[in-house]
This record gives sequence, structure tokens and C-alpha cells, in this order.
Amino acid sequence: MVSKLKQAMENGKFVITSEIGPPKGTDLEKMYHHIDLLKDKVDALNVTDHQSSVMRFPSIGGCLAIQELGGEPVLQLTCRDRNRIALQAELLLAYSKGIKNVLCLTGDAVPVGDHSQAKGIFDLDSVQLLHGVRQLEEGIDFGGNKLEGAVQFCAGATVTPEAEPIEPQLIKFEKKVAAGAEFFQTQAIYDLERFAKFMEFARQFPVKILAGIVLLSSAKMAQFMNDHVPGIFVPQELIDEMAAAPKGKALKKGIEIAGRTIAALKKESLCDGVHIMAINREEVVPEILAVAGL
Amino acid sequence: MKSLTKQKPFDEVIQLSDQLNRVFLIGCGTCATMTKTGGINEVQAMKKSLQDEGKLVTGWVVLPMACDEMTAELLNENKKAVQDAQCIIVMACALGVQRINLYLPLPVIPALDTLFIGMEKSPGHFFEACAQCGQCILGETAGICPLTACHKGLLNGPCGGTDKGKCEVDPEKDCAFTLIYERLKEQGRLDLMRKYHPPKNYQVIPRPRESRLL
Ligand code: SF4
Ligand code: SF4
Repeated sequence: MVSKLKQAMENGKFVITSEIGPPKGTDLEKMYHHIDLLKDKVDALNVTDHQSSVMRFPSIGGCLAIQELGGEPVLQLTCRDRNRIALQAELLLAYSKGIKNVLCLTGDAVPVGDHSQAKGIFDLDSVQLLHGVRQLEEGIDFGGNKLEGAVQFCAGATVTPEAEPIEPQLIKFEKKVAAGAEFFQTQAIYDLERFAKFMEFARQFPVKILAGIVLLSSAKMAQFMNDHVPGIFVPQELIDEMAAAPKGKALKKGIEIAGRTIAALKKESLCDGVHIMAINREEVVPEILAVAGL
Repeated sequence: MKSLTKQKPFDEVIQLSDQLNRVFLIGCGTCATMTKTGGINEVQAMKKSLQDEGKLVTGWVVLPMACDEMTAELLNENKKAVQDAQCIIVMACALGVQRINLYLPLPVIPALDTLFIGMEKSPGHFFEACAQCGQCILGETAGICPLTACHKGLLNGPCGGTDKGKCEVDPEKDCAFTLIYERLKEQGRLDLMRKYHPPKNYQVIPRPRESRLL
């Protein structure tokens, strides 16, 4: 069985993915609720892998829950916590359980998280991990040994279209493509003109690009992201628009902005789909999609 | 090249030397003097603090270079005071501590934490230049080591945390890949940045690392 996400992308559908952040602990009720709410509204759901280096229920556990409910999971796999042996084992397990999509990430730095004294592994980087996935597909492990039963994945990666300086980022993007990335989910983008410039570059390559949509929940959050989150540029007009929202209506405004951004991306065929990150507010994703007319 | 150290909290030194009340104190005239963590002034201050805690300091010395083989002879010159002690408190980097440990049967107690082996970039500003990985890639990275200059030791380019040329872990620190990129660009060698670096061999010399020249 091939990946449904891959099929959707190949069929030229404007693809929608979103993500689930697993809980810190074993109470899975909310996670199941979010999966249930989103699984039929999107083409695939990522499960974050100890995002921001905060220890949580594992990505693979979330992916299995999505499978259980009949959804299409994307395993986020970072190089932060596992050496090349553990990364391969995770891929073997995922494949054996029917998980068909993997997003290969370097991972956030350990000191930014909630176990700031832990050892950061980074035995591999994201480009090497992508290469490794392709090698496992050939039936050969990273040590050059033959596998009893190979894997097959639709492999993706990330890119930051607003990185500064941009050229090293674009060079790395090309390396990820060469290493076998089939699709990219981008860091949040808000300025479509600037994004269009990135897309001009990205369109030279045979890969699908899903634009990152991060829900703005308040003017303060928008300003914070602009000032402090690497590779995110929020235009002043949007920050002002958020600030002008009546009291208690900021989130609604954020939903509207996200929805109309998605609609514009689709209308102008700027990219191949979107990846919606509604960090801790998964339940509003259907509203965003409704505003986008999807 | 200097071994960068900082003093351990005094309480930790006291706890490590619990029940060992007669102490011989050693400082180092090289790195620990420069960093003001184990030079003559710090050794004298430590002597006083230990005495205030009720310890007997049988003697002290600031070795010219605690990690050097000469240390054996110099310790010999202080034989009497050393023999009177129950432990040696060492205000040198961990190389000095281990050097002394080779020569004396007494417990050695470090009074410093060793941070890294650093190179001076500008006066007083040290950075870790090399992680001694055993397979140098400086020839492809514009002479800047991504294993030490990049927080994550990445080889194939910047992570998503890079921000306006700075590193995700500390906005005061440069992102290694911005430095590498700028330098390669200047040299007209950006092609090197496009080159795929395969996974690194982290076992060139498996630990414990040893090398016998003779
Ligand atoms: S690559 Fe870096 S760590 Fe390895 S030998 Fe060269 S400078 Fe040292
Ligand atoms: S920001 Fe740059 S130096 Fe810091 S971890 Fe990422 S790639 Fe490495």
C-alpha cells in the first residue's frame, strides 16, 4: 500500500496537513479527540517529536493512534535524541506498523527544552537521515548490512523560506532534495509576495511544497514570533490587524487570517498545499479550513 | 591554547575533602593562572578558606605547568609537606589533576571544573576550536569547525534555528554555517557547501583514546 499523502500530492490535489502534539504523560484523551476531529479533514497528520525539546509521549505513539482511528500519519523523526542505530529501529518499527510517511528533521537544540541538561545526540543531521531512509529502502542499513525486509516511505523535510541569510538555507534545501526528500513543509509564512519568491526557486525541483501556516492567537504572540522565533517574519500590517481586533476576538481574527492566507495560496497556485500548525489549539483547524473554503 | 576552568563552589570542595583534614594545595602557573582560577592569589585565598574551615594546610605550591612531566620533580621537592597531608586539593585543570594523580598515592581533589580547551580569538575571548574528532574536515568548511562552532555539530548546513546569522541556543553566538557560508563565498568556493557530507565516523579512535609514538 502506498502512502495516501503521496497519492494526494501526485494527483495534484491541494494537500492539507496539520499536526498533533502528543501529551506530556499518558492521558491520551485529548490527543485522540484532536485526531478524531481532524483526521477526515486533512490528507495527513504529523505527530511532533518532543517539539522544542520538551519530553512528551512519542511521535510513533501518536502515529499509531492516528492509524487506529483510520487517519494518515506523518512520523516526525528528529536526530536530537537518537543515534543512527535508534533512528533506523524507529523507521523499521514505523514501517512494520503501516506508517508510510516520515518527516526527517534535525531537531531543536536540547538547552531550549525542559531537560536542558540532557545529551544532544545529533549523530546524523537531517540530510544524512534522508539519505539513510533511501538506503533502507534499498534493503541496506546505514552500516552497509543487508536487511531482512526493507522499508518504503514517502519522505519529507522542512525548509525556512524566511531564513536570514537565505542562501545557506536554499543550499541545504537542494541537498535535502538530492538526498531524496519528496515534499517539504515550510516554517510559517505570512507574506505571500516573499513566499512567491521562494517558490520561484523551489519550483525548479521535482518536490511538493506545503506552506507552513501558524495560527496567530493574539497581537502579542504575532509580535513575539516576529521578534524571537527564528525564520519567521510577520508583516506589520498583520500585527496591526490582530491588535485592532475587538477584545476577545483576536483568536477569531487569527483564524480568519490563516484561512484567507490558505485560500490565496490555493487560488494563486503558489504551492502544492499547506501544513497547518495550530499549536495547542488543534480544535480550531476545522474553522480555519472553513474560512479557507476547504 | 589554554585549558579553560572555573572554580567549583567551595562547599563542594569541602564535601569532597570530608574527613581529610590535612591538605596539600597545588595551583598551576599556566592556564589556571591566566584564568585567575588557580594562580598564586587564588591558591592563597583557598588556603585561608580551608584554614577557616578548620583544615590544616601542610603546604602549597604553584607548579609552573601542572600537566607537565616536570610535576614529578617539583612534588618531590615538597615531599615532606605532601607526605604530611591526607589529600591534595588541585587548583588546575583536569589534566593537572590527573598528572598529579599519576605520581601521588594520596586522594586528589579537583577544586576547579574544566570547561574546554580554548583558543584565544581576541584578548580574553576564548573559543573551543577543535573537538579532536580524528577526521578533520576543515579543508571543506572554510577552516571553521562545524563540530565545535555549531551547537549540534551538523555537517550539511544550518538548522532551522539559525536566526540572522546567530545560533538558536544563544543570540550572542554566531551560527557556524553563516560563518562558513560567508567565508566560502569570499573564497569563491560555495560549491563546497553543496557537497554532501556522509555521517561521521565517531569511532576513529574509540575511547579510551590512546596513541603510542614510541
Ligand atoms: S573537524 Fe573539527 S573537531 Fe575534527 S579535527 Fe578538524 S577541527 Fe578538530
Ligand atoms: S543555529 Fe547554526 S550553529 Fe546553531 S545549531 Fe543551528 S546550525 Fe548549528
